[in-house]
Amino acid sequence: MNSPRRDEIRVGEELPPLELPPITRTTLALFAGASGDHNPIHIDSDFARAAGMPDVFAHGMLPMAYLGRFLTQWVPQTQLRHFSVRFAAITPVGARLTCTGKIVEITQGGCEALARLKINVVDDQGEIKLAGEALVAQA
Amino acid sequence: MINTKHIGLQLPTVTFEVEKGRLRFFAKATGETRPEYLDEQAARAAGYRSLPVPPTFLMGADLDAGTLTTLLDTLGVPIERILHGEQSFTYHAPVCAGDVLSVESKVSDIYSKKGGAIEFIVKDSQIKDAQGETVVEARSVIVVRNPQENAA
Repeated sequence: MNSPRRDEIRVGEELPPLELPPITRTTLALFAGASGDHNPIHIDSDFARAAGMPDVFAHGMLPMAYLGRFLTQWVPQTQLRHFSVRFAAITPVGARLTCTGKIVEITQGGCEALARLKINVVDDQGEIKLAGEALVAQA
Repeated sequence: MINTKHIGLQLPTVTFEVEKGRLRFFAKATGETRPEYLDEQAARAAGYRSLPVPPTFLMGADLDAGTLTTLLDTLGVPIERILHGEQSFTYHAPVCAGDVLSVESKVSDIYSKKGGAIEFIVKDSQIKDAQGETVVEARSVIVVRNPQENAA
């Protein structure tokens, strides 16, 4: 497995950020097919404009999937217990996103120690697109 | 305004098999290149039964089956007005390619803010394995943007 097991997790530790390539229309077309979300507002500019949006924009689940990659490159996926986000702002075509995260608490969940992480997806202007948290079991 | 009588509405249960090809397509679409998410042997070497299902993948089950479309039609919400507001997953057991899962979803809340200009639909899903054990729980908050002239 690529991601190391974390036997010692410290509050305040920052996760290695994940920088993503710019969002393209191709990204959105592929994600529509792969995710099953065929809402035309993400893939058809005419539809998006008729709905009052300036253009197509990313499915919220696309940056959330990036956060999933970000978390599972840090710990094996089997250690992930909970993962939640609020979609704070629309991600337009061309956006350059980065996933960031930090351990904010060590807590107890059932019979295991859990690290609580604050996680974000931000663009290159620093605008928060997704804000969320994750609970990760300590190996 | 969305009729709150729909709170508690059970959506049709969706049963499906997690397909390897679809997982590889999802990996491509999300820029995932690690071998354990693409190659079965690598997945087994990493301790999985088969290709692991990425943390957000199971959203697709309801979408494939048209459950979201059914929900929006039942509630009278045009698709162009919706945005995804919040999403959460709670994981109880690993899920891999070849697993046969069922998704049971219901509308657990409907509420509005800003005098009806924005409405919220909360959908809770239980994803169960073939033995009926809950492997993943998911909650979606869908935001409905209503035209200003209709706002109270």
